[in-house]
Amino acid sequence: MLQAPDPTQALNLTLRADRGRILAALIARVRDFQLAEEALQDAATSALAHWSRSGIPSRPEAWLIRVAFRKAIDRLRSHSRDSARDTAMTVLAQDEAEEDPMDIPDDRLRLIFTCCHPALEPKSRVALTLRTIAGLTTADIARAFLDTEPTMGQRLSRAKAKIAAAGIPFRIPDPEDWPDRLNSVLTVVYLIYNAGYTSGPTTGQDLCREAIFLARLLTTLAPSDAEVEGCLALLLLTHARADARISPEGLTLPPAQQDRSLWDTHMLTEGLATLDSAMARRNPGPFQIKAAIAALHTAQNGPGWPQIAALYTRLLAFEPTPVIRLNHAVAVSEAGGLGEALIHLADIEPELADYQPFNAAKADLLARSGRAAEAHTAYAKAIALSDSPADIAFLLQRQSLLSH
Amino acid sequence: MQYLALIYAAPNSGPAYGTPEFKTFMDGYFAFTALLKEKGAFVAGDGLKGTDTATSLRLRGGKVETMDGPFAETKEHLGGYYLMEVPDLDTALKYAAMIPSAAFGTIEVRPVMTY
Repeated sequence: MLQAPDPTQALNLTLRADRGRILAALIARVRDFQLAEEALQDAATSALAHWSRSGIPSRPEAWLIRVAFRKAIDRLRSHSRDSARDTAMTVLAQDEAEEDPMDIPDDRLRLIFTCCHPALEPKSRVALTLRTIAGLTTADIARAFLDTEPTMGQRLSRAKAKIAAAGIPFRIPDPEDWPDRLNSVLTVVYLIYNAGYTSGPTTGQDLCREAIFLARLLTTLAPSDAEVEGCLALLLLTHARADARISPEGLTLPPAQQDRSLWDTHMLTEGLATLDSAMARRNPGPFQIKAAIAALHTAQNGPGWPQIAALYTRLLAFEPTPVIRLNHAVAVSEAGGLGEALIHLADIEPELADYQPFNAAKADLLARSGRAAEAHTAYAKAIALSDSPADIAFLLQRQSLLSH
Repeated sequence: MQYLALIYAAPNSGPAYGTPEFKTFMDGYFAFTALLKEKGAFVAGDGLKGTDTATSLRLRGGKVETMDGPFAETKEHLGGYYLMEVPDLDTALKYAAMIPSAAFGTIEVRPVMTY
């Protein structure tokens, strides 16, 4: 392989590529997040010293995993002895002696299920997945979620402590639990994407990329799962349009009004192919339905609204939430059922009265029904609830177009 | 690992005593206890009499203060428990979801401390 010019750079490259995998192998054996992280940190420190002295090994990742196992044994030795620690040490010693340590099975899928366990707070699942699987630093994660580094550090420690103390297992769920538990994992991936997406096109790019990386990783770790492919397809089909979602004047644009030349056609094609592959498995689920809706928004001759409305009806069977009912109502209105859509909105108003997208949708529906005065009030409320300047600009423009 | 499943429910939220639904509900408890025993997961489990029978106390300045009623006045009362021996939280949660009161109350699952 190509020799990297200096040890620090070689170490960073190796960690970026293999940190999650090495950590998963360690946690699978020692059952202790903290100890695993410390052992890997010890190994990294040792790598810098050794590689500066004796040159970078031909396979830095194999070197690192072997030394990390040895460091874990050292740390276990200094702990008080019990049977679980003895077992862990025996397993580590065997694997450390492997001809090629990279031959040991990839344990990252088990690790992802542990990090996204429903017994953890949703925000902690997101943070732990980014830290452990994607290898972001605590500082990066804190910045992305507008937290201070100590606060995020405490959140991560609490989550790791609960995993250990509450006996959250490090294993792939039983088949009867698989759909629910996988949905919890994919929701974490989607939340990561969404955090990147809503924080704007430049600052959020990294989280969007991390989410796509995680979804891709899942398609290799659980290769024949339709929902995993559905999730990757959803992210690709959304991300392909990311550069076009804000107009040159700084307004948020719905897909139908976006400049298609700004869409990433390569990513779009991959997203559509991934969705096809998922649907061919004939095992529908919420992520596949959302991806299919995203695909219909990109249709050459404009969004296919009647189909989108029908898909939202199917999605409601999986997720009967007011937000999905709102999206369904919007699709119904676009498909020609304006009156029916307004009845749906009235049904969900008590639950969504302070939700920005609800008020924006209500304003639009009222405007299209010729109820200008009510639309004006609804736009004002939507604007008051908006955080993003692009959304405010868009809504102000729509409000100014109302006939008085 | 041992887990304690604490069964909380609001009074009168379950089926009323003497109705066929109540019989089904109690049969559900008997069947669940039998299942735990069959799986070797049963350590202990009991229902508790109502909070109107509860007495709380604390020792302050060497003196016992006794009070009528439960520790905390909440809408949902602690009505029973199961102590289970299972390999991990997932197994404990799976069993806890089978407790008949889970359908209208809340089950809190806590790992038991080992010394």
